[in-house]
Amino acid sequence: MEKIRPKYLNLFAIRLPLPGWVSILHRVSGFALFLFLPLLLWLLDNSLHSRSSFMRFQEMLANPLMKLVLLGLLWAFLHHLFAGLRYIGMDLHWGVDLAKTRATSTAVLVVSLALTALLGAKLLW
Amino acid sequence: MVRKHNRIVVGAHYGLRDWVVQRVTGVIVAAYTVFLLVVLALQPALDFITWRSVFTHTWMRVPTFLCLLAIYFHAWVGMRDILMDYIKPTTLRLCLMVTVVVALVAYTVWTVQILWSL
Repeated sequence: MEKIRPKYLNLFAIRLPLPGWVSILHRVSGFALFLFLPLLLWLLDNSLHSRSSFMRFQEMLANPLMKLVLLGLLWAFLHHLFAGLRYIGMDLHWGVDLAKTRATSTAVLVVSLALTALLGAKLLW
Repeated sequence: MVRKHNRIVVGAHYGLRDWVVQRVTGVIVAAYTVFLLVVLALQPALDFITWRSVFTHTWMRVPTFLCLLAIYFHAWVGMRDILMDYIKPTTLRLCLMVTVVVALVAYTVWTVQILWSL
């Protein structure tokens, strides 16, 4: 017999708690970083290969769209890094009670956004 | 002698290796990030000559290569999880997994080429 149970998965009606946001953003940021790996390798290649390719690299960095993409990827990396460290902490049974998971979730979101602004301003503008 | 088959279909912690790989590679990337930031902070200026010369040293090349290798393994485990979660048709999922693996192997070759052609 098929189980009849309420299946209410309207994502817009589910209020995701803060640790849930950190979790889904960890996945989204990881996926974005994977998708943009060729771009990052291409930039690294150009920055190192020769003097003329380095100049091309600088021109590419001057492009506003490129700046925006790299700012997004910088955030993705930082969020992924700090959320990942938080998970390793939780694997070691550190900060697993509700109050602490909420506090560390806030910390991950705030620190990665703040560092994105700081490093982005220093490296991209 | 009869060989005993220990494999059970469910609940035998076959995901444990991936779990460990994901954490070890993650820690490698975190450590390299700190290492890179320290090395760059110690440079007098970040022009082309300094930037390039930093990566010509073996003590920089090898950790950089290891970090990128760690990233590719990490990306494989993560992408595999994502594909298993969202792509239900087996054929499509398999094709996408193969695409990911082929891309990551290609990136590895590219990485070697970038770092050792300096």
